[in-house]
Amino acid sequence: MLPTDSTKTLSFKRCIMEGGLVIVYERHDVMKAVKLSEKGVLQNRFGMFKHSDWIGKPFGSKIFSSRGGFIYLLAPTPELWTLVLSHRTQILYIADISFVVMYLEIVPGCVVLESGTGSGSLSTSLARAVAPNGQVYTFDFHEQRAASAREDFERTGLSSLVTVGVRDIQGDGFPDEFSARADSVFLDLPQPWLAIPSAAKVLQQDGVLCSFSPCIEQVQRSCEMLTSSFTDIRTFEILLQTYEVREGHLPSWQDGDGILASLKGCKKRPHPTNERGNSRPQTVLAR
Amino acid sequence: MLAYNSEENLSGSQNRRITWDGCSVLLDINDGDRVLFARLTAGSKIKIGDKNCSLQPLIGCPFGSSFQVEVGAGGPFLAPMIPNAEGNGLSEKTDDQTMEECRDNRALVDNNTAQSLTGEDIDGMRRKGATGDEIVQALIANSATFEKKTAFSQEKYRIKKQKKYAPRVLLRRPFARSICEAYFKKHAEKIGFLRVDTLSLLLSLANVTAHSNVLVFDMLDGIVTGSVAERMGGTGYVCNPHCGTTPLPISIVRMFNFSDETCKRILHASLTELQPSTGENSTSDDQLVDECNIKEQQNKDTLSSSAKDMVNMEENSTANMDTDNNVAASPKSAKTVKAGEKAPPETIKHWNENGFSSLIIAAPNLDAWDVAKDLVPLLAYSAPFVIYHQYLQPLATCMHNLQSNKMAINLQVSEPWLREYQVLPSRTHPHMQMSSSGGYLLSGTRISSSDQN
Repeated sequence: MLPTDSTKTLSFKRCIMEGGLVIVYERHDVMKAVKLSEKGVLQNRFGMFKHSDWIGKPFGSKIFSSRGGFIYLLAPTPELWTLVLSHRTQILYIADISFVVMYLEIVPGCVVLESGTGSGSLSTSLARAVAPNGQVYTFDFHEQRAASAREDFERTGLSSLVTVGVRDIQGDGFPDEFSARADSVFLDLPQPWLAIPSAAKVLQQDGVLCSFSPCIEQVQRSCEMLTSSFTDIRTFEILLQTYEVREGHLPSWQDGDGILASLKGCKKRPHPTNERGNSRPQTVLAR
Repeated sequence: MLAYNSEENLSGSQNRRITWDGCSVLLDINDGDRVLFARLTAGSKIKIGDKNCSLQPLIGCPFGSSFQVEVGAGGPFLAPMIPNAEGNGLSEKTDDQTMEECRDNRALVDNNTAQSLTGEDIDGMRRKGATGDEIVQALIANSATFEKKTAFSQEKYRIKKQKKYAPRVLLRRPFARSICEAYFKKHAEKIGFLRVDTLSLLLSLANVTAHSNVLVFDMLDGIVTGSVAERMGGTGYVCNPHCGTTPLPISIVRMFNFSDETCKRILHASLTELQPSTGENSTSDDQLVDECNIKEQQNKDTLSSSAKDMVNMEENSTANMDTDNNVAASPKSAKTVKAGEKAPPETIKHWNENGFSSLIIAAPNLDAWDVAKDLVPLLAYSAPFVIYHQYLQPLATCMHNLQSNKMAINLQVSEPWLREYQVLPSRTHPHMQMSSSGGYLLSGTRISSSDQN
């Protein structure tokens, strides 16, 4: 997923390979991750697609099925991965992920500690931020979920950047070997205040901690615990609003038929060709 | 002793945790009340309230250190603060406040007679060598109404007096987020009202990572360019395209303390150079040059004002600096490599052949589609792009055009929402003021417009 050197950067020349990972794009809300195999086949509403047809094509290619339907093959990115990965736990989405990476001040070469790993959504973006020479150490107390996460990192080619450990950070804290080695620590735990003293020990001077909690009571207890070893404590709520954009026609109120049609909620029509008569002026509407 | 995190020099200097002579720092005065940038040299000073303090004591200290303004024999100076004593004091206070608060303000009358110490008394105390904290204690002791106030009110009073008589300075590393926050708070118009969360989304949606080739059309004085370069750690390239002959200013990049390796990867090139020669008639090139000249005229206004305003942001009054010191310091701190040099022909050829791996457009005063139609085709297929704009409509139009011209898929217009909270025992609530808009983003993935099988 991440270029390990400049030859692996996304470009016109980089092509889909056997054993590689692609994101199959059917629609903006229908995507899936597929690992190519020589005899592999993808079946969907558009028809049947053979993996072997994809090999050697550049990323971003449009692929047709025998029936004439098509899909796009996209290069995987942490954003696309967050949308297609299998949820073993509730995950973090792009708005929170971006904000966390920004505030943790992660740059290439950093050492980042994370607990819990969950489904690895954030971990993937952390790996991107520390690449190519940093390291993410992520811990989860659930052995199977830790194993699934390890598999995912193998699949996405991130195992050299992410190390998964099985450990109860709330109960046992971070391992002593990390003392004063971490640039940033991220906590997504039910009782983060129990892990805060350990986080303070593993962080370097001027290192940054972030704790993610759904409830205000958890936030309050965490902030109280932070005052003894941290400064510049801030709490944020972040959301991402998306807009629907379409081409439409807003009829004049003098156009009786137009008003009645708009009440019935006309379906979106393709852009009319301007051959006959007067086509209504179309505007682009966003809400 | 400089502490490096990685063996390689890749991002060593970016992770320096101790300040050095000539480095750029962020000074946080009184817990976020005032934030400004400064360059640490022996001669630089800072003005806090009515006092001028030298910044020299800050050189060679770890980032994250705190200082307090004290008045000594030689005048006001910045004294380092011991972190532990401060921390314990605060936690003791919170224990008191978890008890039920039964006082209120029914008997308090605000007629300016409560404080019995006068300004002259305070000056007298200072002359006798009293520390800022001692003055604050004296003010509390001499206030007739202090005991009648609620515990919260007392703490607010104490903090208010401390900020005036014993101001504190927190020394922070300049980083994309602190630089963006400082600008957004004070001079938001200079960065096109780009809020921190919006900037963070730009970096994620554009998949900025090491070894990327990122095309960044940055009309925000370099804050986006700098943030992108920071995430690339001295690898890959950041290219600022421009129309016509003049590159856009990127003076904010200077604040990041970038290594030479990072600086030499921030380059600029003209649009005509970046567009692969189609071998088409030269008339289209002339048209392009004309369009570019018009754009350049529009840009000229924004160009000159942002260069001037940069000086205002760096408040370490260069006027106060000893000119001799200034001259002596400059050969040491003068970078051999400056960010924003012209891209060499072999690099441009590399970009032409491979396409860029992502694109960011931050031109909140231009029409989004007008810029996108020229820059999106420079991307490799499946490369992500993000366009930031202050207004929604231009992005909606741009999205529609990209769709109908089959240039992109996975298109999305979004708006981030950010609210900050004060979290204190029994005093948790959102901040009294909130930014209503951090701008809008159009994101998508480039695909080939021709149907191929």
